[in-house]
Amino acid sequence: MHELAVTKSILDIVLRHAVANGVEKIMAVQLRVGELSDLEDEWMQNYFDYLSKETIAEGARLKIERTPVVVRCDNCSHEFRVNMKETKDIVCPECGGTKSQLLSGREYFIKNIEVI
Amino acid sequence: MEGIRLIEVKEEILSDNKEAANLLRDRLAESRTYLVNLMASPGSGKTSLILRTLEALSGKLRMGVIEADIDSMVDSEKVAAQGVPTVQIRTGGFCHVDASMVAKGIDALDLSALDCVVVENVGNLVCPAEVDTGALKNVMILSVPEGDDKPLKYPLIFTVCDALIVNKVDYLGLSDFDMNALKQRVRNLNPRMHIFEVSCKTGQGIDAWAGWLHREVTGFTGR
Repeated sequence: MHELAVTKSILDIVLRHAVANGVEKIMAVQLRVGELSDLEDEWMQNYFDYLSKETIAEGARLKIERTPVVVRCDNCSHEFRVNMKETKDIVCPECGGTKSQLLSGREYFIKNIEVI
Repeated sequence: MEGIRLIEVKEEILSDNKEAANLLRDRLAESRTYLVNLMASPGSGKTSLILRTLEALSGKLRMGVIEADIDSMVDSEKVAAQGVPTVQIRTGGFCHVDASMVAKGIDALDLSALDCVVVENVGNLVCPAEVDTGALKNVMILSVPEGDDKPLKYPLIFTVCDALIVNKVDYLGLSDFDMNALKQRVRNLNPRMHIFEVSCKTGQGIDAWAGWLHREVTGFTGR
Protein backbone atom coordinates (compact mmCIF):
# COMPACT_ATOMS: atom_id res chain seq x y z
CA MET A 1 0.00 0.00 0.00
CA HIS A 2 2.84 2.33 0.83
CA GLU A 3 4.36 2.15 -2.66
CA LEU A 4 0.96 2.96 -4.11
CA ALA A 5 0.66 6.24 -2.18
CA VAL A 6 4.21 7.30 -2.99
CA THR A 7 3.84 6.33 -6.64
CA LYS A 8 0.60 8.30 -6.93
CA SER A 9 2.44 11.30 -5.58
CA ILE A 10 5.23 10.83 -8.19
CA LEU A 11 2.70 10.59 -11.00
CA ASP A 12 0.83 13.72 -9.87
CA ILE A 13 4.04 15.74 -9.70
CA VAL A 14 5.41 14.64 -13.08
CA LEU A 15 2.05 15.14 -14.83
CA ARG A 16 1.87 18.67 -13.42
CA HIS A 17 5.34 19.47 -14.79
CA ALA A 18 4.54 17.80 -18.11
CA VAL A 19 1.35 19.80 -18.59
CA ALA A 20 3.12 23.05 -17.68
CA ASN A 21 5.75 22.29 -20.33
CA GLY A 22 3.37 21.23 -23.11
CA VAL A 23 4.73 17.69 -23.17
CA GLU A 24 3.31 15.05 -25.53
CA LYS A 25 4.62 12.00 -23.80
CA ILE A 26 6.73 11.17 -20.74
CA MET A 27 9.39 8.55 -21.55
CA ALA A 28 11.18 8.27 -18.21
CA VAL A 29 11.26 9.66 -14.69
CA GLN A 30 14.57 10.00 -12.90
CA LEU A 31 14.26 9.55 -9.15
CA ARG A 32 16.67 9.73 -6.26
CA VAL A 33 15.68 7.54 -3.33
CA GLY A 34 17.71 7.02 -0.16
CA GLU A 35 18.94 3.55 0.74
CA LEU A 36 17.07 3.74 4.05
CA SER A 37 13.79 3.67 2.13
CA ASP A 38 12.14 0.31 1.95
CA LEU A 39 10.52 0.96 -1.42
CA GLU A 40 11.25 -1.73 -3.96
CA ASP A 41 12.08 -0.56 -7.49
CA GLU A 42 10.06 -3.31 -9.12
CA TRP A 43 6.93 -2.57 -7.13
CA MET A 44 7.18 1.13 -7.71
CA GLN A 45 7.36 0.48 -11.45
CA ASN A 46 4.40 -1.91 -11.29
CA TYR A 47 2.29 0.62 -9.42
CA PHE A 48 3.40 3.39 -11.74
CA ASP A 49 2.37 1.34 -14.78
CA TYR A 50 -0.99 0.71 -13.19
CA LEU A 51 -1.66 4.31 -12.16
CA SER A 52 -0.34 5.94 -15.34
CA LYS A 53 -2.61 4.02 -17.75
CA GLU A 54 -4.25 6.35 -20.25
CA THR A 55 -2.14 9.31 -19.18
CA ILE A 56 0.81 10.81 -21.07
CA ALA A 57 3.05 8.98 -18.62
CA GLU A 58 1.84 5.53 -19.67
CA GLY A 59 4.79 3.29 -20.39
CA ALA A 60 7.32 5.64 -18.80
CA ARG A 61 10.27 4.01 -17.10
CA LEU A 62 11.25 4.87 -13.53
CA LYS A 63 15.02 5.28 -13.30
CA ILE A 64 15.78 4.98 -9.64
CA GLU A 65 19.12 6.07 -8.30
CA ARG A 66 19.83 5.09 -4.71
CA THR A 67 21.63 7.56 -2.51
CA PRO A 68 23.88 5.87 0.00
CA VAL A 69 23.57 6.16 3.75
CA VAL A 70 26.26 8.62 4.81
CA VAL A 71 26.93 9.67 8.38
CA ARG A 72 29.24 12.21 10.00
CA CYS A 73 31.24 11.21 13.07
CA ASP A 74 30.38 13.38 16.10
CA ASN A 75 33.93 13.10 17.35
CA CYS A 76 36.13 13.86 14.33
CA SER A 77 33.56 15.01 11.72
CA HIS A 78 34.74 12.36 9.27
CA GLU A 79 31.99 11.51 6.78
CA PHE A 80 31.63 7.89 5.78
CA ARG A 81 29.29 5.50 4.08
CA VAL A 82 27.41 2.82 5.97
CA ASN A 83 25.91 -0.37 4.65
CA MET A 84 22.83 -0.71 6.85
CA LYS A 85 22.18 -4.29 5.80
CA GLU A 86 25.55 -5.51 7.05
CA THR A 87 26.48 -3.09 9.78
CA LYS A 88 25.79 -3.93 13.38
CA ASP A 89 27.57 -1.03 15.01
CA ILE A 90 28.47 2.16 13.23
CA VAL A 91 32.09 2.90 14.02
CA CYS A 92 34.07 5.73 12.48
CA PRO A 93 36.91 4.28 10.39
CA GLU A 94 39.11 7.31 11.23
CA CYS A 95 38.85 7.67 15.00
CA GLY A 96 36.78 4.70 16.16
CA GLY A 97 34.00 7.01 17.40
CA THR A 98 30.59 5.39 17.80
CA LYS A 99 28.34 8.47 17.68
CA SER A 100 27.33 9.95 14.37
CA GLN A 101 24.67 11.93 12.55
CA LEU A 102 22.78 10.84 9.47
CA LEU A 103 23.64 13.05 6.49
CA SER A 104 21.87 11.27 3.66
CA GLY A 105 19.95 8.12 2.92
CA ARG A 106 16.39 9.26 3.56
CA GLU A 107 15.66 11.25 0.41
CA TYR A 108 12.71 10.93 -1.95
CA PHE A 109 13.36 13.23 -4.84
CA ILE A 110 12.26 13.57 -8.44
CA LYS A 111 15.19 14.89 -10.44
CA ASN A 112 13.82 15.22 -13.94
CA ILE A 113 11.63 13.70 -16.63
CA GLU A 114 12.57 12.64 -20.14
CA VAL A 115 9.83 13.78 -22.49
CA ILE A 116 8.88 14.22 -26.11
CA MET B 1 17.53 9.84 -29.27
CA GLU B 2 16.21 12.73 -31.25
CA GLY B 3 13.30 14.69 -29.92
CA ILE B 4 13.69 13.65 -26.32
CA ARG B 5 14.24 16.49 -23.91
CA LEU B 6 14.82 16.69 -20.24
CA ILE B 7 12.66 18.73 -17.89
CA GLU B 8 14.04 19.47 -14.45
CA VAL B 9 11.51 18.63 -11.75
CA LYS B 10 13.54 18.83 -8.52
CA GLU B 11 10.67 18.14 -6.17
CA GLU B 12 10.35 16.12 -3.05
CA ILE B 13 7.96 13.25 -3.68
CA LEU B 14 6.22 13.71 -0.39
CA SER B 15 6.08 17.51 -0.70
CA ASP B 16 2.27 17.72 -0.56
CA ASN B 17 2.31 15.89 2.74
CA LYS B 18 5.19 18.02 4.03
CA GLU B 19 3.11 21.11 3.31
CA ALA B 20 0.04 19.64 5.05
CA ALA B 21 2.24 18.71 8.02
CA ASN B 22 3.65 22.24 8.29
CA LEU B 23 0.16 23.76 8.09
CA LEU B 24 -0.97 21.46 10.86
CA ARG B 25 2.02 22.42 13.02
CA ASP B 26 1.15 26.11 12.50
CA ARG B 27 -2.38 25.45 13.69
CA LEU B 28 -1.14 23.56 16.73
CA ALA B 29 1.31 26.34 17.57
CA GLU B 30 -1.53 28.85 17.47
CA SER B 31 -3.67 26.89 19.94
CA ARG B 32 -0.54 25.81 21.83
CA THR B 33 -1.46 22.15 21.61
CA TYR B 34 1.33 19.60 21.56
CA LEU B 35 1.01 16.73 19.10
CA VAL B 36 2.91 13.50 19.55
CA ASN B 37 2.95 10.65 17.03
CA LEU B 38 3.18 7.20 18.60
CA MET B 39 4.47 4.42 16.35
CA ALA B 40 5.10 0.73 16.98
CA SER B 41 4.45 -2.80 15.76
CA PRO B 42 1.05 -4.43 16.26
CA GLY B 43 0.78 -5.80 19.77
CA SER B 44 3.68 -3.84 21.24
CA GLY B 45 1.38 -2.00 23.63
CA LYS B 46 0.48 1.33 22.03
CA THR B 47 -3.02 1.45 23.45
CA SER B 48 -1.87 0.16 26.84
CA LEU B 49 0.80 2.85 26.95
CA ILE B 50 -1.73 5.53 26.07
CA LEU B 51 -4.03 4.33 28.86
CA ARG B 52 -1.14 4.35 31.36
CA THR B 53 -0.03 7.78 30.19
CA LEU B 54 -3.54 9.23 30.50
CA GLU B 55 -3.71 7.86 34.02
CA ALA B 56 -0.29 9.27 34.98
CA LEU B 57 -1.03 12.73 33.55
CA SER B 58 -4.63 12.94 34.69
CA GLY B 59 -5.21 16.33 36.34
CA LYS B 60 -1.86 17.62 35.04
CA LEU B 61 -2.49 17.88 31.31
CA ARG B 62 -5.62 18.05 29.22
CA MET B 63 -5.12 15.17 26.83
CA GLY B 64 -6.81 14.05 23.62
CA VAL B 65 -6.23 10.95 21.51
CA ILE B 66 -6.47 10.24 17.80
CA GLU B 67 -6.64 6.53 17.12
CA ALA B 68 -5.70 5.34 13.65
CA ASP B 69 -6.61 1.86 12.59
CA ILE B 70 -6.95 0.13 9.29
CA ASP B 71 -10.49 -0.90 10.05
CA SER B 72 -11.77 -1.11 13.61
CA MET B 73 -12.90 0.93 16.60
CA VAL B 74 -11.58 -1.41 19.29
CA ASP B 75 -8.80 0.90 20.53
CA SER B 76 -10.79 4.12 20.50
CA GLU B 77 -13.54 2.52 22.56
CA LYS B 78 -10.99 1.58 25.24
CA VAL B 79 -9.50 5.07 25.29
CA ALA B 80 -12.83 6.91 25.19
CA ALA B 81 -13.89 4.85 28.20
CA GLN B 82 -11.29 6.87 30.17
CA GLY B 83 -13.36 10.00 29.57
CA VAL B 84 -10.74 11.53 27.27
CA PRO B 85 -11.71 13.21 23.95
CA THR B 86 -10.98 10.53 21.36
CA VAL B 87 -11.24 10.50 17.60
CA GLN B 88 -11.01 7.41 15.47
CA ILE B 89 -9.58 7.62 11.98
CA ARG B 90 -9.91 4.59 9.79
CA THR B 91 -7.22 4.47 7.17
CA GLY B 92 -9.21 2.07 4.99
CA GLY B 93 -6.35 -0.30 4.30
CA PHE B 94 -3.58 2.28 4.37
CA CYS B 95 -0.52 1.27 6.32
CA HIS B 96 0.15 4.66 7.96
CA VAL B 97 -1.48 8.01 8.67
CA ASP B 98 -0.39 11.14 6.84
CA ALA B 99 -0.73 14.78 7.84
CA SER B 100 -4.05 15.35 6.09
CA MET B 101 -5.61 12.38 7.91
CA VAL B 102 -4.33 13.69 11.25
CA ALA B 103 -5.62 17.18 10.40
CA LYS B 104 -9.09 15.68 9.94
CA GLY B 105 -8.80 14.05 13.35
CA ILE B 106 -7.70 17.38 14.84
CA ASP B 107 -10.74 19.08 13.24
CA ALA B 108 -12.94 16.87 15.36
CA LEU B 109 -11.28 17.93 18.62
CA ASP B 110 -11.66 21.19 20.55
CA LEU B 111 -8.01 22.29 20.53
CA SER B 112 -8.61 25.20 22.90
CA ALA B 113 -9.43 22.66 25.59
CA LEU B 114 -6.36 20.44 25.02
CA ASP B 115 -2.68 20.63 25.97
CA CYS B 116 -1.58 17.46 24.23
CA VAL B 117 -2.92 15.13 21.57
CA VAL B 118 -1.47 11.67 21.05
CA VAL B 119 -1.83 10.06 17.63
CA GLU B 120 -1.72 6.30 17.76
CA ASN B 121 -0.37 5.43 14.34
CA VAL B 122 -1.13 2.18 12.49
CA GLY B 123 0.81 -0.78 13.93
CA ASN B 124 3.80 -0.96 11.59
CA LEU B 125 7.51 -0.13 11.88
CA VAL B 126 8.01 0.56 8.19
CA CYS B 127 5.66 3.00 6.48
CA PRO B 128 4.78 5.37 9.35
CA ALA B 129 8.47 6.22 9.64
CA GLU B 130 8.46 7.71 6.14
CA VAL B 131 5.54 10.05 6.59
CA ASP B 132 5.42 13.34 8.51
CA THR B 133 2.15 13.44 10.47
CA GLY B 134 2.47 17.06 11.57
CA ALA B 135 3.47 15.98 15.07
CA LEU B 136 6.05 17.89 17.09
CA LYS B 137 7.72 14.75 18.33
CA ASN B 138 7.76 11.11 17.29
CA VAL B 139 7.79 8.40 19.89
CA MET B 140 8.07 4.68 19.28
CA ILE B 141 7.53 1.58 21.34
CA LEU B 142 9.56 -1.58 21.01
CA SER B 143 8.41 -4.44 23.19
CA VAL B 144 10.81 -7.01 24.61
CA PRO B 145 9.24 -10.03 22.82
CA GLU B 146 9.94 -8.36 19.46
CA GLY B 147 13.69 -8.68 20.01
CA ASP B 148 16.72 -6.42 20.35
CA ASP B 149 17.56 -6.67 16.63
CA LYS B 150 14.84 -4.31 15.41
CA PRO B 151 17.16 -1.30 14.96
CA LEU B 152 19.10 -3.45 12.47
CA LYS B 153 15.99 -4.47 10.57
CA TYR B 154 14.04 -1.21 10.64
CA PRO B 155 16.67 1.51 10.98
CA LEU B 156 14.62 4.38 9.57
CA ILE B 157 12.04 4.51 12.34
CA PHE B 158 14.81 4.72 14.95
CA THR B 159 16.31 7.73 13.17
CA VAL B 160 13.05 9.73 13.07
CA CYS B 161 11.98 9.23 16.70
CA ASP B 162 12.78 11.40 19.71
CA ALA B 163 11.92 8.84 22.34
CA LEU B 164 11.91 5.05 22.50
CA ILE B 165 9.80 3.19 24.99
CA VAL B 166 10.98 -0.34 25.61
CA ASN B 167 7.79 -1.97 26.81
CA LYS B 168 7.11 -5.32 28.51
CA VAL B 169 10.33 -5.25 30.53
CA ASP B 170 8.56 -7.69 32.84
CA TYR B 171 9.37 -10.28 30.16
CA LEU B 172 13.12 -9.62 30.29
CA GLY B 173 13.95 -12.60 32.50
CA LEU B 174 12.08 -14.92 30.15
CA SER B 175 13.86 -13.91 26.97
CA ASP B 176 17.32 -13.50 25.47
CA PHE B 177 16.66 -9.82 24.84
CA ASP B 178 19.89 -7.88 25.41
CA MET B 179 19.00 -4.38 26.66
CA ASN B 180 22.56 -3.07 26.36
CA ALA B 181 22.86 -4.32 22.78
CA LEU B 182 19.55 -2.67 21.96
CA LYS B 183 20.61 0.65 23.47
CA GLN B 184 23.92 0.57 21.62
CA ARG B 185 22.20 -0.14 18.31
CA VAL B 186 19.69 2.63 18.90
CA ARG B 187 22.36 5.15 19.88
CA ASN B 188 24.34 4.30 16.77
CA LEU B 189 21.39 5.35 14.68
CA ASN B 190 20.22 8.20 16.88
CA PRO B 191 22.42 9.44 19.73
CA ARG B 192 19.72 11.86 20.92
CA MET B 193 17.06 9.21 21.51
CA HIS B 194 15.50 9.26 24.99
CA ILE B 195 15.05 5.66 26.07
CA PHE B 196 12.50 4.60 28.71
CA GLU B 197 12.22 1.06 30.02
CA VAL B 198 8.63 0.42 31.01
CA SER B 199 6.08 -2.24 31.70
CA CYS B 200 2.52 -1.20 30.98
CA LYS B 201 1.46 -4.30 32.85
CA THR B 202 3.16 -3.53 36.17
CA GLY B 203 3.45 0.24 35.75
CA GLN B 204 7.25 0.16 36.07
CA GLY B 205 8.94 3.14 34.39
CA ILE B 206 5.70 4.88 33.45
CA ASP B 207 6.43 7.87 35.71
CA ALA B 208 9.76 8.59 34.02
CA TRP B 209 8.18 8.51 30.56
CA ALA B 210 5.11 10.51 31.61
CA GLY B 211 7.40 13.03 33.32
CA TRP B 212 9.36 13.52 30.11
CA LEU B 213 6.17 14.03 28.11
CA HIS B 214 4.82 16.42 30.74
CA ARG B 215 7.98 18.57 30.53
CA GLU B 216 7.87 18.48 26.74
CA VAL B 217 4.26 19.60 26.65
CA THR B 218 4.51 22.35 29.27
CA GLY B 219 7.71 23.60 27.62
CA PHE B 220 5.73 23.99 24.40
CA THR B 221 2.44 25.31 25.72
CA GLY B 222 3.94 27.61 28.36
CA ARG B 223 1.00 26.72 30.59
